[in-house]
Amino acid sequence: MSASHTQRTTSSVELDRTASWYESSARTRVRLLLDPGSVVEFIGPEKREVSPHLKLFDLPEQFDDGIVVGLGRLDGSPVFVAAQEGNFMGGAFGEVHGAKLTGLLRAARDIGSVPVLILFDTGGVRLQEANAGELAIAEIMRAVIEARTAGVKVIGLIGGRAGCYGGGGLIAGCCSALAVSEQGRISVSGPEVIETNRGVEEFDSRDRALVWRTMGGKHRRLLGGAEVFVDDTVQDFREAALELLSSIRAFGIDTLKAEQSRLEDRLQRFGACPDAVDIWTAEGIPDAVSIPALPADQFIALADKVRRSSRDAR
Amino acid sequence: MTLDDILASLFPDGHDVKNSGGVLSGSGALRSGGRALVIGVADRTALGVDEAIRLSNYVLASVESGNAPILVLADSDSQRMSKRDELLGLNEFLAHLAKSLIYADMHGRPAIGLLYGHSAAGALLATALATRVLVGLPSADPAVMDLPSMARVTKLSIEVLQEKAKSTPVFAPGLRNLAQTGAVHLTWDEATPLAEQLDTLLANMPDARDRRDALGLERGGRPKAYAIAERVRELALQAL
Repeated sequence: MSASHTQRTTSSVELDRTASWYESSARTRVRLLLDPGSVVEFIGPEKREVSPHLKLFDLPEQFDDGIVVGLGRLDGSPVFVAAQEGNFMGGAFGEVHGAKLTGLLRAARDIGSVPVLILFDTGGVRLQEANAGELAIAEIMRAVIEARTAGVKVIGLIGGRAGCYGGGGLIAGCCSALAVSEQGRISVSGPEVIETNRGVEEFDSRDRALVWRTMGGKHRRLLGGAEVFVDDTVQDFREAALELLSSIRAFGIDTLKAEQSRLEDRLQRFGACPDAVDIWTAEGIPDAVSIPALPADQFIALADKVRRSSRDAR
Repeated sequence: MTLDDILASLFPDGHDVKNSGGVLSGSGALRSGGRALVIGVADRTALGVDEAIRLSNYVLASVESGNAPILVLADSDSQRMSKRDELLGLNEFLAHLAKSLIYADMHGRPAIGLLYGHSAAGALLATALATRVLVGLPSADPAVMDLPSMARVTKLSIEVLQEKAKSTPVFAPGLRNLAQTGAVHLTWDEATPLAEQLDTLLANMPDARDRRDALGLERGGRPKAYAIAERVRELALQAL
């Protein structure tokens, strides 16, 4: 392949927001999501700030430690952005990876008016540096709450290969609002972890249909765990981010009390349901077994009809 | 120390803390006056949706009543690993509990964690690590993740992991290793009444700013986190 051909391919991708979110790298997502040419990265790969711990395990490092953080513009307005690379160590939180996001959120807190978009793609804590990764997640959760208390909107976008697992799921739960695609699984314990600890009778991690309907984006939307469901394109995520930014209200004690009621109500209504299909049926969806096969546009129409949004209760 | 010993040593003037299915709730009389809210997880109970929603309820009910501290006692399993908990959105319940504690801490009810037994993974994040100051007792035995799960995810044998755990504090279980990263602020002495040590802490309570990364740098457990976070923050402030 000639150099000029490579260049042409790259530049056409730059304009192509029909690209699959799931298939795109973290850098491509950031570049296509925000206004063209608007992104400035902080401590980019040229700084070579790698994990200080992976060499103990003879594992390869990555020059950005698997996360892009920076400032860009969305429809002309400034936004901070962080994007995890699910193809490096499953997007897991290590010391450097986590500290970049913490620093970004603290800057947003100090400024108070620039929103933060977090493009989750993570299996959770990076186990080779588990203590540092766990604490990084705790610091990020605190920084999200501090930023939201200062008036910052923090939006999570979830639709990557690694999903949003472990501590990533807890950070997502701290955000002001979430947009999720079908591929965007959100959960604390991953399928393999449940199976390893509780046995295949509790959860068969190879049963992909079970994984999707228990943890996938459609269930999260119907349950109220995500505000918006989107199709798997960069354009759809961009529109969702804009919509959420325009509709989020202030965070405070009333938000938390509303969330307490929302979650208590969920336990009362669905606490005895053995499967997602039973929850969807209890929600009044006539042909619940057909949900996993519904195309995105039909699902969005259905979800908007049956499930009130959890907005202002998160 | 058993839970009863700990509560008696913390609150010689009395407490009404109840243990209901591993979920702790109640209050204890402080020697400096007022009553601390006490919540927590005991008996190495897993933290699932049913436990988390009760704990967040206690915390939220306390936010608008007084300014006494909140004590979060932890001897838990990890998050409850089950189909039902994930089906119902466990990530939201755990995040909600952490948010409630952090919010309370920032709004007049300083939160102090007391790790006296086990705790792991999502349960640790939603309780002990969602406080302003985390205290460990020597008996504490935290682990971010259990070795069988770690073996499955890292594709390394349990034997190899146990070997590496001896020389690698950044991933190995245990109070000392977690403390080195800055997660545990101080360890109390079991031979001295806990009430005295609590009084000393309350008299010197730091402000609500999160300094755990600076602590990790000082102790050598996290060589880069503080500098990276600070550099990103400064670059971001300059870029606007």
